[in-house]
Amino acid sequence: MRTRNSDFRVGLKGLLATLAVCMSMVSFQATAAPAGESSIRNNSDLTTDAPAEPMKKMVDTDVTFDRDFVEQPPLIPHDIRGYQVDKNVNKCLTCHSWKNAKKWKATRISITHFKDRDGNQLADVAPNRYFCLQCHVPQADTKPLIENKFKPVESLK
Amino acid sequence: MAKEFFVKRYWKMLKRPVSVAFGLILLFGFGAGIIFWGGLHTGLEMTNTEEFCIGCHEMRDNVYEEYKTTVHYSNASGVRAECSDCHVPQEWGPKMVRKIQASKELWGKIAGTIDTREKFLDHRLEMASREWARMKENDSQECRNCHNFEFMDYSMQSNRAMDIHYQAQKNGDTCIDCHKGIAHELPDMSGVADWEG
Repeated sequence: MRTRNSDFRVGLKGLLATLAVCMSMVSFQATAAPAGESSIRNNSDLTTDAPAEPMKKMVDTDVTFDRDFVEQPPLIPHDIRGYQVDKNVNKCLTCHSWKNAKKWKATRISITHFKDRDGNQLADVAPNRYFCLQCHVPQADTKPLIENKFKPVESLK
Repeated sequence: MAKEFFVKRYWKMLKRPVSVAFGLILLFGFGAGIIFWGGLHTGLEMTNTEEFCIGCHEMRDNVYEEYKTTVHYSNASGVRAECSDCHVPQEWGPKMVRKIQASKELWGKIAGTIDTREKFLDHRLEMASREWARMKENDSQECRNCHNFEFMDYSMQSNRAMDIHYQAQKNGDTCIDCHKGIAHELPDMSGVADWEG
């Protein structure tokens, strides 16, 4: 029985990307936290509170991010403070819906979001795709805590 | 001699008052004016304070809690817009009109129209629509007491804000056309005219 949408089907490229992630995780685990090296928590004592880092600034450039892996949900290149997304209102869709995107020069949501989980084509956003922030997230201007050598596949560059 | 008609008597008194009494009347009138006008003003201002607004749990537990998470409560520059800055006009005439309308809200308080969260949510669209209509009517005057298209430095805004504000200014749109729900949560907006959900 087919349970996933075709857009979720993991192609060969996706498989390779997943493998690459797994491999990098394996190699990370092998070298993680050797004796004498500080952890990403700066080896602070568990019973005392480490000083809080300043809050990171949100990326608000409006310039779309490149995707790093196949089927990556596109990232949000703007601040979304106070944007209401609940059963009453979806603030994202006031600009990103197919109806409104042109007016606001916004990116349209993917047409794949019009299919429900059983693969039925609907006329508008499917309920299981309604809560945008489950997959799409804004970014903070910050350095990764640990070095990461992950590179997107050639076709995404 | 027949007694003078009392109107005539008083008219004479007023026409030729004893000079001291005349001064006293003026002085008293002046003093009373200051006290009554000042009292009215102080009383009105008292009803404009945040403390007064959230004296009722209807406001404190619903709209005030939501507003506390927004940029009009806390922001980088430390300027705060409190309840009355947005919900009570600053100009004398419109302020009086709003204050008189508000007496209906007192009745609502007594009748317990929104005295639970559920009742509040049931009435939210109706109450919000009233504020949106008022804002639309006066060209978002309460927003423009602080924000103004003419005072905006578009180059300091993000690209999309710049674009949209420029278009809005050209089209003669007003703040509330787009910025509904800027300080409180929105009700179910399906069916609300010019809301693009």
